[in-house]
Parts: sequence; structure tokens; C-alpha cells
Amino acid sequence: MGPLAQTITRLYGIRGWIGIAIAALVLFVLVPVLNLAVPQNHPLHVSTFLVTLSGKIMCYAIVALAMDLIWGFAGILSLGHGLFFALGGYAMGMYLMRQIGRQGQYQSELPDFMVFLDWKELPWHWWMSDQFWWAALLVVAVPGLLAFGFGYLAFRSRIKGVYFSIITQALTFAAMLLFFRNETGFGGNNGFTDFKRLLGFDVTAPQTRVVLFAVTGATLLGVLLLGRWLVSSKFGRVLAAIRDAETRVMFCGYNTLHYKLFIWTLSAILCGIAGALYVPQVGIINPSEMSPANSIEIAIWVAVGGRGTLVGAIAGAGIVNAAKSVFTVAFPEYWLFFLGLLFIGVTLFLPGGVVGLLRARRRSRPVALTEAAP
Amino acid sequence: MSTGVQAMGGLGAGDPVLGHLARGELDASHGVVLYLEDISVSFDGFKALNALSLAIDVGELRCVIGPNGAGKTTMMDVITGKTRPDTGTVYFGQSIDLTRLSEAEIAHAGIGRKFQKPTIFERLSAFENLELAMKADKRVRKTLFARLASDQRDRIADTLRLIRLSEAADREAGLLSHGQKQWLEIGMLLMQEPRLLLLDEPVAGMSDEETERTAELFVSLAGRHSLVVVEHDMAFVGTIARKVTVLHEGSVLAEGPLEQVQNDERVIEVYLGR
Repeated sequence: MGPLAQTITRLYGIRGWIGIAIAALVLFVLVPVLNLAVPQNHPLHVSTFLVTLSGKIMCYAIVALAMDLIWGFAGILSLGHGLFFALGGYAMGMYLMRQIGRQGQYQSELPDFMVFLDWKELPWHWWMSDQFWWAALLVVAVPGLLAFGFGYLAFRSRIKGVYFSIITQALTFAAMLLFFRNETGFGGNNGFTDFKRLLGFDVTAPQTRVVLFAVTGATLLGVLLLGRWLVSSKFGRVLAAIRDAETRVMFCGYNTLHYKLFIWTLSAILCGIAGALYVPQVGIINPSEMSPANSIEIAIWVAVGGRGTLVGAIAGAGIVNAAKSVFTVAFPEYWLFFLGLLFIGVTLFLPGGVVGLLRARRRSRPVALTEAAP
Repeated sequence: MSTGVQAMGGLGAGDPVLGHLARGELDASHGVVLYLEDISVSFDGFKALNALSLAIDVGELRCVIGPNGAGKTTMMDVITGKTRPDTGTVYFGQSIDLTRLSEAEIAHAGIGRKFQKPTIFERLSAFENLELAMKADKRVRKTLFARLASDQRDRIADTLRLIRLSEAADREAGLLSHGQKQWLEIGMLLMQEPRLLLLDEPVAGMSDEETERTAELFVSLAGRHSLVVVEHDMAFVGTIARKVTVLHEGSVLAEGPLEQVQNDERVIEVYLGR
């Protein structure tokens, strides 16, 4: 077997690859065709609303994967991942604001909120914000550098467990307060909205929506495979070892600071990319994305789906957000209670999450058969 | 790398050159592998180590005994970089000052440590535990793309055989018996190819048969490695000891062959007199 074939079989078995192929078929062929080519009144038509909703949930699923890498595999619970997601979103949002051009309410070259604040020119940090490549760079660099700097200080000081979680929570809260201020130059509590174009294409057009949906789907599959490659490598086993017995890993000669910093920074960058894909689809980014509750919700997705399984993170993000879409319409005031109950229930009765439950079932069946045999 | 692999492949064959250093050879030309001088450590006013001096020769098997609180574990912590001494120097060979290195660097320099409570990677298999411990380039980039070569697989298999875990190679380490966990941890130390092994109560919780086999293993390792064994089990010490150091209140109370130490007035007083 060549090295490529070895890697392919290492990542997933035949059933896993078939699953991925089916997912790719749905994402890149079925949904686009059913949305764009099938007439609106046809029963098989997939509405643009559903396409956008699924695209949004897939963005959450990428965040959940990033969370699973750091929490499920390295045992580091971040309660501030919403911050990295929002930063990626803001970086993309700045570009989208500039793409509005003179079509805003005030028909100015400046974004509307700046005109409203009576600013005469773009602040320094909006430099190059009309360039897509610069926005794309910021999407990766801002969450990456922040995570690297923060992670370096925290991991070097050997801050662990609940203390680390609390500090990440404080970090996202502090950032939210900063972004709420008009003077920060990110639109204050309204954030960015009323986007018109992305790379010159109308962001509300069904075609653009389908392309964004497919790009998000491709990113999700790519991140899943990247994650699987990481955790099935020796690097992944070192992460698991750090989770179980960090001192032993150090005495084996591994510099655990570098390992934690690598996966932590990568996780933050993946969140930033998810945020950048999210904003053009949802059409708004504001500081509420940085609220502490949002970051806690990310951890709940992963817990519900099953920690340390990757696929579970995707499932968890899908299940919780699908439930949220239904619940917040049917009984909006009870959603948070339901979410809290779900988290308690999963922690108490389903420590392995949904995926853990399914795996336990699959495993118990053959055992039952052999026991029944004479 | 490859010479180290071959040397480990023939465990028990009496190869004297184990533990090549990534950063050059350890300079132990004066015959001393570890030298502690005048080490003091205090925690909130309590003197855990009090002007402790100790020298371990190349290839020596040294037993360190002493009542609870004598400073045995703190001494291990100082040597492995977990605790920094308030005063004093720790030299590994002639030239490596251990008080300046991190835990990982000390491990790389060739010191392996076994903890009092077996510390293994519970969720990984026995095989994977040994794989991670194996001497290799342990930087992130290399680890991302690492692949097990066949000679490395052979080495792991050899070590599994030595620690009698060949049958349990693929079992999750957390499911092993207590004695097996102790052996797995010893196996992990050997995979690191250390020059010096520090073993904190290695036979705690082992059956008599396991204890006996551990004694045999340690005696066979001495000569090729230097070993420092901290142990309470005097019967075990009796079977392996050549030279014994007795710690008391953070410094050396007595040192010498076991019989001599056992007949020492002060040692008897410390152990029985209170």
C-alpha cells in the first residue's frame, strides 16, 4: 500500500467513506439542483430559506468540530470559542460593508454607521478592508494570533481545567463589551448588516446562497477529514495522553505547551473560518455573538453529540440547532430551559452523547448473540 | 537513532551504550551519572530537603529508603525538574545542569521517571503507551507526520514481551491490573532509553511473583542503566540492593551496603525508636 492509500484507510473505513460520498452528493448536487432547477411550487423544491438555514447550521458544525478537537481530544474546555467565531465574522463583515459602496442609506463611501457617528474617514483598522484577500487573511490571522498569544500565556502558566474555562469566558465577555462601544469602530451594538454584495455577486440571490451553502459544506467535510487525520496520527495520541496524564507526557520528553498551543490555535482559526462563512449567509454580525451564553452553547452541542468523536460534534450542532429552530418559533420563552435540561440530561445519562449511545448499541448486539449461542 | 534502536532490540544482551542523547553524548567520564550537592527545598517553612548531597555512579543500582516525609519524592521532583531547589546544584554527568532545564528537556537528556502511583495513558492501548514513550523526535511537526517503522514496531514488541504484556498489547491500558500498569510504566521508561531511571515505589501493589520478576528485571538493567529505586518494601530492597541510602528529614542519614545500614544505630532509632 502506498502512503496515500494508507492515509485514506487510516481516516475512515469503507462505510465512513461511503457516508462522506453521500454527504458530498447531497451538498454539491442534490440540494443545488432541487433549489435552483426545480420550480418553486414543485413538492421536491428546496427553499432558499432551508438552504440558508442548513448553511448556517453547517457553520455551527465547523465550530463544534473545532471545539471537539480541543475539548474532546485534548481535554481543554474553552468557553470562549464564540469569540473566535465572531472575530472571523467581523473580519468578513468589514469587507461586506465596503462592498455596499454608495448603496447605503446615506449614499456615502463610508459605511452607514460611520456616517451616523459623523466620522469623516475610515479608521486605521479598516485599512484594505475593500480587498477580499485582505479580509480572508484577517479571518485566519486575527483569531489565530489572539488564540496564540492568549494560549501561550495561559498554557505557559499551566492554567488548567475550570480556571482556563473561566478565563476564556471572561475573554469573550470583555471582547463583547469592547465591540459594543461605538468608538471601537465596528458598528456598536448594531454590528454590521444590510450587506449587498460578495465579490460583486448579490448576497441575497439564490445562486449566491447555494454557492455559499456548497462552500460551507466543502469546508465542513474538509475540517472533518483534517480533524480525523490529526486525531488518528501520533499527534492525536499525544493529545489524548495529555488529557489523561499531562505530567507523564512531559516526563516522556514532549513539550506539552507546544502541543496544546498548536491545537488551540488551529481550533480558533477554524472557528474564524466558520464565522466568515456564517456572516454572508445570515446577513448580520453583532457583538451578541460574543456573549458568554453563545460560547457555552457550543460546548453543549459537542456534549450532546458525543465528545471525542468528531462526527458527534456535527450531529450535536445539527440536533441542538434544529431543535432550537423549532422551539424558538413554537415556545420562544422556554428555549433556554430546554437547553439547560438537555445539557443536564446528557451529562447525567448520556456521557458519551448521541454517538456514544449508538456505538454502545452496535457493540452490545453481537455480544448478546454470542451469549445466546451454546 | 538506529544504533539506539538496535541496542534496545537486544535487551538483556548486555549492551553498554544505551540512551544516546539527541544533543550529544552524556559526559559521565568521571564515573558519576548524577550528582546532587547541598540541595535544600522548603515548602512554607517546612524543609523537605535539607542540604542533601548524593552521587550516583554510572551503572549503579541504588536504593533510597527512609520514613514518610524524609524527602524521597521531593528529591525525585528536584532531579526531574518538577520542583526547583532553593539552593544547591544538580548535575547530570559532568556538564548538564538539571536545575536549568524543563521536565521535557530533562527527559530528553536521558532521565526517566516512574511515579509512585502508576501513571499511564489510560485511554490508549498498551502498545500506544509504549509508542508515545519511545525515543524519537518529539516536536509537534515531526509527531504530526510520524509513521512507525518496522524496527520501531519490533522494539515495541520486544518491550511488550519483556514486561509480559504481549497478549494485552491492544487492550486499553486503563483496563490492565495494577501490577500490569506498573510494568507498563516501567516499559515506557525503557522505551525512552534513559541513562538514569528513577523509580518511586515500583512494586507497590504487586503480587509476590510480580515483585520477584521486577527485582530480576532491575538487576538485569543495572550496569547498562543507572537506577535509583525508592522503596518501602525492605524484602524487595534486600533482593536488589547493593548500596542503600537512608534519608531522614531531608538529608542523608546513612549510606552503604544494606547490612551495614540496617545495623546503624541512628537508622534503627529513626525507623523503630519513635
